[in-house]
Amino acid sequence: MFEAYEADGFFDEMFAPGGEVRPHYRALLNRFSALPPADFEARRASCDQHFLRQGVTFNVYHDDRGTERIFPFDPVPRVIPADEWEHLEAGLTQRIIALNLFLHDIYHEQHILRDGIIPRFYIEEAKHYRPEFRGMNVPKDIYIHICGSDLIRGADGTYYVLEDNGRCPSGASYLLENRNALKRAFPSLFESLGVRPVDAYPRELLDMLHHVSPHREGEPVCVLLTPGCYNSAYFEHCYLAREMGIEIVEGRDLVVMDDFVYMRTTKGLVRVDVIYRRIDDDFLDPTVFRKDSVLGVPGIMRAYQAGHVALANAVGTGVADDKVIYYFVPKIIEYYLGQDPILPNVPTFLASEESDRKYILENLKDLVVKAANESGGYGMLMGPSATQEEIAKFKDKIIEDPRNFIAQPVVNLSRSPTWCGDDGMEGRHIDLRPYIIYGNDVKIVPGGLTRVALRKGSLVVNSSQGGGSKDTWVLK
Amino acid sequence: MLSRVASSLYWMVRYIERADNLARLIDVNGQLLLDHERLDSERLRAFWKPIILSTGDETLFADLYSEAGSAEVIRFLTDDRKNPNSIVSTIALARENARMVRDQLSEELWEELNGLYLFINSRDGELLLSADPTRYYETIRRATFSFHGIAAASIARSEAWEFMDLGRHLERADKTTRFLDITSFLPEGEVPGNGAATFHWTAILRSCGALGAFRAAHRGEPSAESVIGFLMFSRDFPRSVRFCVDRIDRNLHSISGAPRGTYTNDAERVSGRLLSELSYGSTEEVLENGLHAYLDLTQAKFNEIGEELFRTYVLLPDGAEKRPPIPAANMSAVVAWQMAQQQQ
Repeated sequence: MFEAYEADGFFDEMFAPGGEVRPHYRALLNRFSALPPADFEARRASCDQHFLRQGVTFNVYHDDRGTERIFPFDPVPRVIPADEWEHLEAGLTQRIIALNLFLHDIYHEQHILRDGIIPRFYIEEAKHYRPEFRGMNVPKDIYIHICGSDLIRGADGTYYVLEDNGRCPSGASYLLENRNALKRAFPSLFESLGVRPVDAYPRELLDMLHHVSPHREGEPVCVLLTPGCYNSAYFEHCYLAREMGIEIVEGRDLVVMDDFVYMRTTKGLVRVDVIYRRIDDDFLDPTVFRKDSVLGVPGIMRAYQAGHVALANAVGTGVADDKVIYYFVPKIIEYYLGQDPILPNVPTFLASEESDRKYILENLKDLVVKAANESGGYGMLMGPSATQEEIAKFKDKIIEDPRNFIAQPVVNLSRSPTWCGDDGMEGRHIDLRPYIIYGNDVKIVPGGLTRVALRKGSLVVNSSQGGGSKDTWVLK
Repeated sequence: MLSRVASSLYWMVRYIERADNLARLIDVNGQLLLDHERLDSERLRAFWKPIILSTGDETLFADLYSEAGSAEVIRFLTDDRKNPNSIVSTIALARENARMVRDQLSEELWEELNGLYLFINSRDGELLLSADPTRYYETIRRATFSFHGIAAASIARSEAWEFMDLGRHLERADKTTRFLDITSFLPEGEVPGNGAATFHWTAILRSCGALGAFRAAHRGEPSAESVIGFLMFSRDFPRSVRFCVDRIDRNLHSISGAPRGTYTNDAERVSGRLLSELSYGSTEEVLENGLHAYLDLTQAKFNEIGEELFRTYVLLPDGAEKRPPIPAANMSAVVAWQMAQQQQ
């Protein structure tokens, strides 16, 4: 199956530049090469069937018909050798610790602003900054309990952090289901290859929720707060709640009395200690944020500020994953930890810095422009593939609101062999989304979700934009 | 258990049961029609009208269709998405409820229901319905039986189970009374007394999946007395009204923990009283007062049990902070907000 495979000059995960297979892929290559393509295709199709029947689907917005889709799955796994993973783990751990120190500081004394490391204007203008929470102490002083920092590899194989997702990172359920699917399709593959298991994730997530509980005696009552079944990640909310053995609740299931949060059950009200919430800050409490929110719980912020309930992630963490603040993360690591960042950022230009803006506007054709607070591949300009009109439109947007934009050079993401049906095995660009849990200590499930841009030549891996995913193997 | 979850489990099973009963009703009557000489359109209308009336959706039917021939009625009851009580709609509703409580269901149970939903919305499903309707309805019935079987084998006998079992038997009892009621709507001259028109009673037994069990218990042709007696008062047959109400009463007491024969809420009070009436009632009494009036009264009690159940276990307890209800017109805004919650 790999005879005609071409790396096309990109960094290929499986093959070294000479065409030689990389050592950590050798065993896998031998197994796959022994399979007739028809057999391989049949196993891939059975994975799709499995996902569809299980309802492992996501909802696509702006799509009237058939809004539930499966997240396309490619059966060729992405393999990470042990030493490489150790490096990533160290870098991600360093990053989440620094981001939490930063959030504590921003919501307390703001040393980093006084010392001039970050201009005050960037924080105060950040869309998700919540000045009303300054001075409040959060349980165990943890802000970002679950972080999804996207990693990519450039042309020489160096890993970069592309962005941090510190509000409601999603996709962990796909990581777990991908492993299940691959085990079903290729049961004999895992025995001898020494792949580290990923199934501890729900337990580690629950341990973290228990750790931040403000309630001292007995088993804390934890719940997962979902916006409801029309949300794109509803499958994941159910999946994680079931795996953790906790209730999945909607806002209407919760009530606040005397600054405590309760859930309505058939046996009456039951007090809730920890809420793993998957709704935006703005919608949490209609008495504090958006008045018209029916997704949230009136009074929940009072209970939070009284220390009677923990929220994961905390309120106001969005200031740390603002793409403008991303620019400052290496400085944040140096400032709070006195260390050099283990994982570098992608070079970034800030549209509100005059010299950067000039550069951006003159080089739009060669840059990726991103809005500071969008995700899912929305609000983005891919310069090299954009039309004249798109570029002109973005030019206007940047001039009108420079604080809201950053630009980066196009990074030619590394590629992995991917099964492309009739075209056989071809290289497709990939990234990596690890899930970092910050509780009693920092836990990272080995690997993460490898997302793959299935469209030939595309660099956009988001599920809403033609992306799929792969199982990710970290070797022992 | 969360009140909302109890409610969803209850409705999920009610909708499954509704689909099963409808599939049988349509199939039996469609086949019955084949036994007749070709009917003119007036006779056809007379044949289907009681069936539409028994579902209680006659107004909607009249709004949607100008004709009342076989094709229209079958379409209305089977795959008309504008009819919230068609088979296709009820299965979609069952799945919608299941989606909201997925964490409570076993993988296999979800897969069975999701598989049925995917099938009836697929091209294959549509083709089967036009090519071989009997097999189409059979597929649906089998899937609902699998659903109940998987539920019975995989759900702990906890509160969740009781709410599901309650929903199933309440819906089933209601449907049995509605199928019996079909005879009340037959045109003059067609009313099945003890004469030759036994085929109506046979059709009702088959619609309730009761023909085999009935024959095992009764000799001779089905008659008004024997069929009413069997479907209303049988102690053993799982679709008889008495059997179902006995289960409902048991479920309600399991949920509250109160001993049977006592009550702690109005749902239990109504179910206990209804069970006594069924235990000590007789077919003669029913026929004396008129079948239709009797069935009407019984259905009203089912509704009361459903409403009291909701009041007791789902509505907010007194004293908790109440939020204003969402007007129906705003539901699309709620959906939009749910969708807008950023999952990074």
